Amino acid sequence: MNAPEAGSTAAQIQARAAAFCRLTVKKSNLPGMGAVFSAAVKREWRLQVRRKGDLINPLVFFALVVVLFPLGISPTAEILAPVAPGVLWVAALLAVLMSLDGLFRPDLQDGSLEQLLVSGYPVAPLVLAKLGVHWLLSSLPLVLLSPFLGVMLYLPWQGHGVLMLSLLLGSLALTLVGSIGAALTTGVGKSGVLITLLVLPFYMPVLIFGTGAMQAAIGGHPAGAHLALLAALTLLALALAPWAIAAALRIAVSGE
Amino acid sequence: MWNWLKTLYHRLGSPKWFYQITGSWLPWFAGATLLFMSVGLVWGLAYAPMDYQQGNSFRIIYIHVPAAFLAQSVYMMMAVAGVVLLVWKMKMADVVAQALAPVGAAMTFIALVTGAIWGVPTWGTWWMWDARLTSMLILFFLYLGVIALREALKPQEVAARACALLAIVGVINIPIIKYSVDWWYTLHQPATFKLTEKPAMPASMWLPLLMMVLGFYALLGWSVLLRARAEILRREFKAGWVREILQRK
Repeated sequence: MNAPEAGSTAAQIQARAAAFCRLTVKKSNLPGMGAVFSAAVKREWRLQVRRKGDLINPLVFFALVVVLFPLGISPTAEILAPVAPGVLWVAALLAVLMSLDGLFRPDLQDGSLEQLLVSGYPVAPLVLAKLGVHWLLSSLPLVLLSPFLGVMLYLPWQGHGVLMLSLLLGSLALTLVGSIGAALTTGVGKSGVLITLLVLPFYMPVLIFGTGAMQAAIGGHPAGAHLALLAALTLLALALAPWAIAAALRIAVSGE
Repeated sequence: MWNWLKTLYHRLGSPKWFYQITGSWLPWFAGATLLFMSVGLVWGLAYAPMDYQQGNSFRIIYIHVPAAFLAQSVYMMMAVAGVVLLVWKMKMADVVAQALAPVGAAMTFIALVTGAIWGVPTWGTWWMWDARLTSMLILFFLYLGVIALREALKPQEVAARACALLAIVGVINIPIIKYSVDWWYTLHQPATFKLTEKPAMPASMWLPLLMMVLGFYALLGWSVLLRARAEILRREFKAGWVREILQRK
């Protein structure tokens, strides 16, 4: 395609070759994708560990919402035990959603989001670094907290393992899908209700399979099928959501 | 034919041409709406035979079914308009998407309400957590989400692209939601109730239904064009041709 034209002189070809070489040299001077990814992980880790309130508040929210149900419905075990899977899952789902609200806003305000987008590196893996750290720091504690709240709701013992397993798988899908909403509402000042409106319809399949797995386990049936479907949803979200988030972030930055 | 369609497509990308071309389409859509809907309504409500099990209450399907048709296809149209906007950066696609969203939400609402009204004589209850009803309700919330996002985001281009992306994400999710809700329904309610298998409808029943479906699609075209044209005038109010039109009237 780029064969030198018949009339081009030796000097022109030489100049073109020099330009080409400079380009490759410049390329190899840039850090590789792996180095950039690990730098992004380190940055996210430092930033999010230092924002302690943002990490603890969703956990408190989770516990508080769970406490509302015995007060609102009935404190007896006969009534609480059957609704415990649903209550725990709904509360955890809302807590994950609440933790996502301000995920990208600080980066937009201090300009680092724009730097990320113009850096020339693929955005999706870098977004994944952020989400991975966020999931590790905010969803994993949620999973660890859930059995204690389960005991308070008289969740049958055979449900606890599946509760943690389904939340472990499900919270990953919730984080990924919810981040699309968080990215879309990055430019909005405070978006607490808006992100809920956008994201909750997409959360319903995850909720269905998560509580389905728990109810199967409590009823003495194998929960594998539900967990497999939950894992399938999580993998699908893992494959598609980063691209949607990257596109949404581009849109948000273009509005600044 | 292909070239003619391509030219039309490119012309519709310009606000001025869009306004002029669709102006000549409006009476056709209006006429088709009035014709199909009046024929379908009178035929369906007065002359179609009664259902041997449900009596006259089945006649609500002449509103319910077309509305449910539109509720689903309008979301698809919105996503297609979103793809056109994001890929070809065609601003008119966003005008159409913006016009489609409230119409789609209204159709979903009509489908839900007529379904509830039909449920009272047939099921004896206004609402059932049936898989279809539930996924329709979720679809309604999806529409409200798109509308709310457009309200919240400030520069128009940003709101347009964000809504397009949300509509595309929604289209990927609709089948997942649909199948998971089906799954959930079979999980929680093992066949407490089954719709009696109806025999294939006689032509005197489905012909008016077909009329109503065509009428609803014509109504969709009519109302979306009206909304889109008003939106064009609002967005392009600085353009000379808009001033001319406004001063002429």
